[in-house]
Amino acid sequence: MEVQAAPDPASGGHVPEADEPLATTSLSITSEEKPIRVVAARVGIWQRLRELWAFRELFGFLVRKEVKVKYKNSALGFMWSMLNPAFSLAVFFVLFTYFLPNGIPQFVIYMFSALLVWNLFQTAVLSSTGVIVNNGGIVKKVAFPREILSFAAVGSSSVFFVFQAIVMLIFMFAFWHRPAWAYIWLLVPAIAAVVLFASALSVFFSAVNVYLRDVQHLVEVVMMAWFWAVPGIYPFAGKVHDTLAAHHILWIYFLNPITPPVMTFQRFFYANMHPINTVTHAPFQALATYPMGWYIGADLAVIAISLVLLLGALAVFGRLEGNFAEEL
Amino acid sequence: MAGQVAVDVVDVSKRFRLYREKLTSVKDRVLRMGRNPYVDFWALRDVSFTVDEGETVGILGRNGSGKSTLLKCVSGILQPTHGHVAVRGQLAALLELGAGFQPELSGRDNIYLNASLLGLSSKEVERRFDQIVAFAELEQFIDNQVKYYSSGMFVRLGFAVAVNVDPDVLVVDEVLAVGDENFQRKCLARIKQFQEEGRTILFVTHAADLVRQICDRAVVLADSRVLAVGTAGEAISAYHEYLAAIGVAEAELGPSDARPELVQDRPVEITNVALEHTGSGVRPYVEPHDRLTVRIDYEAREAVPGIVFSYAFYFQGGGLIHASDTAILEKTFDAPAGRGQVAFTFPDVPLLEGSYMIHVAISSATGLVYDLREQDAMFEVTNPGRSRGSVDLQPEVEISVATPS
Repeated sequence: MEVQAAPDPASGGHVPEADEPLATTSLSITSEEKPIRVVAARVGIWQRLRELWAFRELFGFLVRKEVKVKYKNSALGFMWSMLNPAFSLAVFFVLFTYFLPNGIPQFVIYMFSALLVWNLFQTAVLSSTGVIVNNGGIVKKVAFPREILSFAAVGSSSVFFVFQAIVMLIFMFAFWHRPAWAYIWLLVPAIAAVVLFASALSVFFSAVNVYLRDVQHLVEVVMMAWFWAVPGIYPFAGKVHDTLAAHHILWIYFLNPITPPVMTFQRFFYANMHPINTVTHAPFQALATYPMGWYIGADLAVIAISLVLLLGALAVFGRLEGNFAEEL
Repeated sequence: MAGQVAVDVVDVSKRFRLYREKLTSVKDRVLRMGRNPYVDFWALRDVSFTVDEGETVGILGRNGSGKSTLLKCVSGILQPTHGHVAVRGQLAALLELGAGFQPELSGRDNIYLNASLLGLSSKEVERRFDQIVAFAELEQFIDNQVKYYSSGMFVRLGFAVAVNVDPDVLVVDEVLAVGDENFQRKCLARIKQFQEEGRTILFVTHAADLVRQICDRAVVLADSRVLAVGTAGEAISAYHEYLAAIGVAEAELGPSDARPELVQDRPVEITNVALEHTGSGVRPYVEPHDRLTVRIDYEAREAVPGIVFSYAFYFQGGGLIHASDTAILEKTFDAPAGRGQVAFTFPDVPLLEGSYMIHVAISSATGLVYDLREQDAMFEVTNPGRSRGSVDLQPEVEISVATPS
């Protein structure tokens, strides 16, 4: 038996500085067959990603749980996820066709194609901001990569996004509106861009919210303002474009990473609408007149930026994660 | 297996910041502008030890010595402030049963969700699904929502999932020692099975007894540091010395901690301990003044001259009620090699309502302990009468009233 020397209160023991080098995998463990996991104050991003991958099935179960639980005890159950967007579509349709015509042809389709993207983004970020705090029970008692919780919140928002998109398509078919099928593959990079950008923010805010609980409310407020930076309620072409372009600050408008995916969606859903003002009957162009390449480029740029942000968010999450169990 | 390291704990320190007032919002932070006094508390200081593959290592320490923090660092729930822990193979931590159960989901869905939370793939769950359900004894209710489960069903399901996770390294907290006697026995049986399968187990407890019972080696934590690392026996002695040095009363140790060391290569073993009472077969509990018999089956590998059988009655929470042995009772005998049985019969047990334990041991005439059993014989007394307390003293009552003259 080795009995270690009694603690010497004078020396206070070895207290290393905060900026110790990264923990290296242990020297005494050399086997190849079994994965080695290191728990340390700082763990390399690759190990984190490996662990996330190992728990990928959990992601699926958590998303399924979210979707199932949400409508579990309601009579219509799953139907609500379709009825909800259907009702708002109907209300918007009646409102903007008969009571508040603003001149934009088929304004409901214009707005709803933007809302599809925006709702995905907003629901994902808002629901995941509180996700670590709300799941304190498991975070304190079970060891698993906690980022999964944030990703699962984004995942379940994506499921509801699919329901909304289906409702939207049914609506369009019912009124004999044709989306621009040639552009449908553009939706892939657009959705990827929104999901990745939302994931980056989700991972970041879910971790920060553990320490600063009012971040959740802050995010809500910011979201409300942010929505107006997206061409959802107003047409992009026309006043917005011309004013910004006249001052040579159009690029600021595109700093908003949600704008390119929103415009891509509008390009697909709305491009075939009759470009005639419904009030003045003058020719009317609501969409930007960019070529297809522009949309690809812009969406890919958002994807690239989001990937960098996501890695950064994962790194922040990793640093903050160490004290989750004691903060909750 | 050959001496490969399964868990390597290297210079692990964990600091907790204890703020006088916890600031959990941006608003508070801005208002205080960094003026928030705190005290650093080191829950772990430079803790290092290794656990070899296939070993069962106990972590022994008083409450607040840092054992739970260490466990959380090993399992990855907390990250150490300095140092690191390397774990080879899959690790499962059983810190709380049924953590993460979703009340709205069915038992079936929860099995999948919980198992994947513990790191089990859905293919593996499918393979073990029936086994898990059977273990939890929930065949009829598996598609009911968990929120309609009784607490017993809930815990059974949590346990069934947890023990069917197939880890290389199992980390068990003493919270698993909650539950009724039957449940504890199931837990221990399962841990023994894990040991036989050659898995690595890290076991946290403050009960030296359990360490002796199941661990190969033990780490003693005291005041956030490693006090000693050694075989279970060595570690327990070091723990006791430490407790004695800081003046912890014997009572706090639990009944059997003061027992002497077991002999290696014991010539005789207890094979079974059985209880019989007046109501055996009729009622599971004992009533006051029942006749109680403790039967100790043993097997002697060689002839043991001057063998001594002893017993001790304890309150379940500790505290000796009565103890004696065959030496005191002048029934010492020479045991030949082979099996045998010694029975102690108590014709009238005066104990009242409560839970009691009987510890039994075999030792040499000189006091060398060959074997002891500390958890096996428990019984409950239910008192149909109205007197209170632990012992029925059966007084005779005599009343004399002075008549006014």
